[in-house]
Amino acid sequence: MALRDKQGRPLVAVTGMGVVTSLGRGKDDTWAALTAGKSGIHRINRFPTEGLRTTIAGTIDFIDVEPFCAPMLSERLAMLAAEEAVGQSGLASGDFPGALFMAVPPVEMEWPQRQALAEASGQTGEVTYKDLLKAAATGRFKPWHDLFIFGTVADRVADRFGTRGSPISLSTACSSGATAIQLGVEAIRRGETDAALCIGTDGSVNPESLIRFSLLSALSTQNDNPEGASKPFSKNRDGFVMGEGGAALVLENAESAKARGATILGYVLGCGEKGDSFHRTRSSPDGSPAIAAVTEALSDAGLTPDEIDYINAHGTSTPENDKMEAMSCTAVFGERMANLPISSNKSMIGHTLTAAGAVEAVMSLLTIASGRIPPTINYQVPDPAIPLDVVPNVARDANVKYVLSNSFGFGGQNTCLVFGAEPKGA
Amino acid sequence: MRDVVITGIGIVSCAGEGLDVHLEALSGTPKTDTEAFAPYPVHPVTALEWDRQIPKKSDQRQMEAWQKLGCYAAGLALDSAGAKEDVALKNRMQLIVAAGGGERDYAVDGQILSGLRAAENPGVFLNERLMGDLRPTLFLAQLSNLLAGNVSIVHGVTGGSRTFMGEESSGVDAIRIARERIAAGQDDIFLVGGAYNAERPDVLLIYEMGGFLWKKPYQPVWTRSSEGGGMILGSAACFLVLESREHAEKRGAKPLATLAGVASDRSRRTTGSVEKALHGLSQQLGGKPDTVISGATGVKGITDEEQAALKDIAPGAAVHATGDVIGHTIEAQAPAGVALAAGLIAAGKASDALVTSVGHWRGEGALRVTRA
Repeated sequence: MALRDKQGRPLVAVTGMGVVTSLGRGKDDTWAALTAGKSGIHRINRFPTEGLRTTIAGTIDFIDVEPFCAPMLSERLAMLAAEEAVGQSGLASGDFPGALFMAVPPVEMEWPQRQALAEASGQTGEVTYKDLLKAAATGRFKPWHDLFIFGTVADRVADRFGTRGSPISLSTACSSGATAIQLGVEAIRRGETDAALCIGTDGSVNPESLIRFSLLSALSTQNDNPEGASKPFSKNRDGFVMGEGGAALVLENAESAKARGATILGYVLGCGEKGDSFHRTRSSPDGSPAIAAVTEALSDAGLTPDEIDYINAHGTSTPENDKMEAMSCTAVFGERMANLPISSNKSMIGHTLTAAGAVEAVMSLLTIASGRIPPTINYQVPDPAIPLDVVPNVARDANVKYVLSNSFGFGGQNTCLVFGAEPKGA
Repeated sequence: MRDVVITGIGIVSCAGEGLDVHLEALSGTPKTDTEAFAPYPVHPVTALEWDRQIPKKSDQRQMEAWQKLGCYAAGLALDSAGAKEDVALKNRMQLIVAAGGGERDYAVDGQILSGLRAAENPGVFLNERLMGDLRPTLFLAQLSNLLAGNVSIVHGVTGGSRTFMGEESSGVDAIRIARERIAAGQDDIFLVGGAYNAERPDVLLIYEMGGFLWKKPYQPVWTRSSEGGGMILGSAACFLVLESREHAEKRGAKPLATLAGVASDRSRRTTGSVEKALHGLSQQLGGKPDTVISGATGVKGITDEEQAALKDIAPGAAVHATGDVIGHTIEAQAPAGVALAAGLIAAGKASDALVTSVGHWRGEGALRVTRA
């Protein structure tokens, strides 16, 4: 078998995968729950929810970190996922022979820390940032500088796994996880590295981040039945449900992976990306950027639309995304779209934001490996405007050779990946 | 591998707007505001006519200062590259932005912190106040990738859009990866840069917690160590247009300079590690620099190590510190260093320039700029 693609570039193999979601720790637990149609969405008990319009999320409550804050939880999720992935790959766990590309949530100091600074300032009247600065000047809060700057999570992961070079921390909003993989693919293809550790992580369900999304009317408010709130492609969908997660993939030049006798779990065959200049949170009404991203991913993979067996949807459950995604896919896949299975993992784990593209990449590869398509649960009221085969409510067995995974994000981000059991023609 | 050239530069800072004023400012003293955030001096950005690069008021209203600065500089870079009116070119132009994020509503934060002390149920109080007092659009003005998003919206750069984070390193790595993608033939043209707003108490807070801020009147970065060292943050933005030499020639764009190489790494910081890292990185780049544009922070220890390393790496070279022209601008520091180097080279005042970036806390980078 040729270990280069039709454009003469090194083939990019996946040799390790790890994942943590609200459904469980490790890909076996998550996959079992996901194919059983189980939801990881529940009432938030991490913080008080009185006064909030949305009181549910797919938080990961079985992992504790100290101090509890988004960068600490995100780091822990990344570490767990990467331990599983690097462990599976058989590569040295503290001496990873390649680069780190890491999608991390943008962090800032959180309210418990602001409160601690306010208290330490001794100010008993109106608190201002002058007071917080006065407390900061005491030097007592030095570790929080490291904790709340943007490069720290990736730096600690780089330390733990011994990755090479300067680690890349990145954000492309809700397509970040896919972008991390894309950067790894590009680095391997241009021969810069033979291996890349690509991670997406997000443990940022806290009051302020939830409220920010809530104020944009992006979240589902159907709190009464948490498991039923995320309803991608349904007529009664009313927003996404925040989720937490981490996922890691070990990418390798297929040639070096084979040479060391690694088990190849699948291939990243194509990447497509297109910016959108229409609006900060909404997509171009004609779907042209998303269409361009899908088309580019297919052509990069050397595949025609007819060869895709399954689409792992972005499928957020917002009225806007699901309509746009259905329209864009229909534009590319034509009439076939009525019968081409497309399902959304977010119906069960919620929207894991920065991690979503990486989590869904792992699920796409498990779909190929197991021949089982995870369902879109909570699909009770089909939306006649978007007639799709969403693999409603129950997983389905199918022979899946090639998967398209979509990721779209605020700020006009559109990133699509194509995964395969084998490269075409192999 | 293909040659990568710099064909456009947009820069704004306390020195003013555009490359020429920044080259003039290499020999001056940067404008410093010691009052607004006393005891912390900052280098405030010059007043800008936003309409000139961000024509729609509605767009201006959707951005906070760091995004507006970045958007403005990105527009200047596109103008300078002769790309601003070329819709088809911008449609396939790739974008990499080095960004932090944030910007908060300081009044709201203060009111909430004051109220939390007496709140019967602090968690519920916090929920209610945030729900009631946060501006919905503030979120978009805080998100790291929304500088890139705004550049797409305002200037129509829509080939692809990626945002790197991670303080100073993100600026170096944004340029490094753009360069590698062009050199390897993966893409033809990039808009790369970063923006920083120093005139905000929340960023001063982060760096003051770490003990990194200079609290005396302005002094050049190289002389601060004897008095404890520290950085003065600056508000600035810088974007570069990078493309393959063939691509520039084909569209008739005149290269200002060649981006000959970019090297970055992270040392485990111990005594001597920065000096060693700079030696290693500059060896990777080769060349005999006649000019150094240093990203030195003024932080004690690492600034002294850089000074020592430069004596070996670039003996006899003219050494300028970006921090003494625009202040320390975190993510924007490496792009600004490259802009100054390319400007000197285009003006015939240098022929082989080394740009350094030693992060205040982690990450080391070196970039080589040579004649076009």
